[in-house]
Amino acid sequence: MQNLGIDVLFKGTNFIRLLAGLFTAIRISLISVTLSILLGLAVGMLMTSRNKIWKTIFRIYLEIVRIMPQMVLLFVVYFGSTRVFGWNLSSEASAVVVFTFWGAAEMGDLVRGAIISIPKIQYESAAALGLLPVQTCLYVILPQTVRRLIPLSINLITRMIKTTSLVMMIGIVEVLKVAQQIIEANRRTSPNAAFGIFAVVFLLYFIICWPISRLAVYLERRWS
Amino acid sequence: MEQTLLKVQHLQKNFGEKVILKDLNLEVRKGEVIVIIGPSGCGKSTFLRCLNALEEIQSGEVLLDGKPVRKELKSVSTMRQKIGMVFQSYDLFPHKTILENILLAPIKVQKRDRRDVEEEALNLLAKVGLADRGDDYPRQLSGGQKQRIAVVRALIMHPEILLLDEITAALDPEMVHEVLEVVLSLADKGSTMLIVTHEMAFAKAIADRVLFLEHGEIAEESNSPKDFFEKPVTERARQFLRSFEY
Amino acid sequence: MDFEVILSYLPLYEEALLLTMRIGWLGVGLALIFGLLGAAVVHLRLPVLRPLAVCYIELFRNTPLLVQLFFLYFALPKIGLHVPPDTCGTLGLGLLGGAYMAETFRSGLDNLPVIQSESAQSLGMNRMQTFRYVILPQAVSSSVPGIVANIIFLLKETSVFSTISLMDLMFTAKDLIGMYAKTLECLTLLVVFYLIMLLPVSLLGSFVERRLRHAEFGD
Repeated sequence: MQNLGIDVLFKGTNFIRLLAGLFTAIRISLISVTLSILLGLAVGMLMTSRNKIWKTIFRIYLEIVRIMPQMVLLFVVYFGSTRVFGWNLSSEASAVVVFTFWGAAEMGDLVRGAIISIPKIQYESAAALGLLPVQTCLYVILPQTVRRLIPLSINLITRMIKTTSLVMMIGIVEVLKVAQQIIEANRRTSPNAAFGIFAVVFLLYFIICWPISRLAVYLERRWS
Repeated sequence: MEQTLLKVQHLQKNFGEKVILKDLNLEVRKGEVIVIIGPSGCGKSTFLRCLNALEEIQSGEVLLDGKPVRKELKSVSTMRQKIGMVFQSYDLFPHKTILENILLAPIKVQKRDRRDVEEEALNLLAKVGLADRGDDYPRQLSGGQKQRIAVVRALIMHPEILLLDEITAALDPEMVHEVLEVVLSLADKGSTMLIVTHEMAFAKAIADRVLFLEHGEIAEESNSPKDFFEKPVTERARQFLRSFEY
Repeated sequence: MDFEVILSYLPLYEEALLLTMRIGWLGVGLALIFGLLGAAVVHLRLPVLRPLAVCYIELFRNTPLLVQLFFLYFALPKIGLHVPPDTCGTLGLGLLGGAYMAETFRSGLDNLPVIQSESAQSLGMNRMQTFRYVILPQAVSSSVPGIVANIIFLLKETSVFSTISLMDLMFTAKDLIGMYAKTLECLTLLVVFYLIMLLPVSLLGSFVERRLRHAEFGD
């Protein structure tokens, strides 16, 4: 009872390894978020189009993302792609593919929401001032959309980071997996290490995500 | 002379550094209708909100029947039951029907018998010409109808005094009349009222006393509305009234 | 794709679906309760309780469910608290969801026009009466889209239960793949069963939202 694993945490390179695991998680999230934002902008703009076929395709895409757990998608891509297409997708690549598939849908929906939420009168008054459509887009619509989108995309980053905890299930050694390994390796000398180590992982996630979500809240308040 | 119902003594209200109301004094007698007018930002709405303890006041006192009305006091809910208030924006509860809007406070707050209150509510609804709308939701009503309901909702509490805060300011012109009719009929029945309004003709018709408020002070007070509106004493009041002419 | 394999796996998946749904919906129920309590405490600015509720909400919103479950399931026994896996799942989902629901309810509460509580007060209602009869019902109905999104999110999150050895859909799929290597069949069944679990909720949620929007703005 007295030894809850804090000593194990600082034994050897354990803590560094945990941080390295966390870094892997953050790296995957950042790559995925960047790709999601780029693809999401395209998806969002296409979603505002009136084309029926596009609309149906995107509706199905959004619905899949809305109801399929990321874990299921990870399994389908990681195990399924090898089996069906014979691809040898690395686990990290699979993770990026799944997270981007998910993120682009969410981002696309946000972009669409931001575009259609701008009142028609904004376009009309810009036109009445003699602005060309391109100028209207550049000086009137875009700045308003971006302000709405930035806090929401920051939120997406924290959600990605939290969801990366799942990638241990397809064999990526991220922070949670490292934690398990450390606990396993010290099972005999320190049987209670699970408490300390998992508590630390809990806090690490919190320390990373909390400031980012506060930033999103702050920006949302400032710009609304 | 009727007895004093509401007494305001040395009322002072600040928002931060800014003084909104300074050293206001007023006595309202039972059955009196007082109209408060003044330019926007003069503190007239804040004054009404202080009387109902929706605002904290920095010093001074509001007394109803000799008892203090103050936000910090435990008795504030009980005191507010005796003070009816209707606001500028339609403040009906959107999740309740018209009848439920009216019945909520008498049943839950005053613990009155549902059947009695319901009968009274239907009577009042008939009086404001909305007898058949009890089961509708507020969103199904026009602005003028909503304000008439808001008056009924305040009346059913049997308040000793009614505060009306620019109740026609957000209405389309053609609806102003139907609401003011209701208020006029209340005045005829001897209700005590404090009214903030921008409808000068209405003010002239209904007021027993007119207060002209500017910069948080009573700049002019008149017991004869006719005189006040035709030949105001102070230059400030004259200027204000002129802004309503073309 | 081998349909005989699929047929022979069906009963296992059905059982897993029932378990996943049971724990998932119990967790959702718990989340609604925690969320309402949390939001009420924060909104009413109750002393002592408020900072506790804020800490809870922030802590659980900013950490992954998987980590929370690991903590409940593997760490707590080390200080003498043994929680069986299904309780762990329900509780974990409830705690995570409670934090999300609380945020949703809170924004519903905060976005209500001040005039609503003022007019309730001017009818002589005290703080509790105002909250109960006027503020809360409106906040809940304006939070419906958020609540629906949270419910779907929580039911999806059940997919991590397999890590604390609950025999849910994910566990069953993983287990069968490991044993018989019928990857394609197992993954197809997995996707289909999640569709069975979540598509009705999603469709019903959209329907309720539309009805509500209609009720608010239409006539």
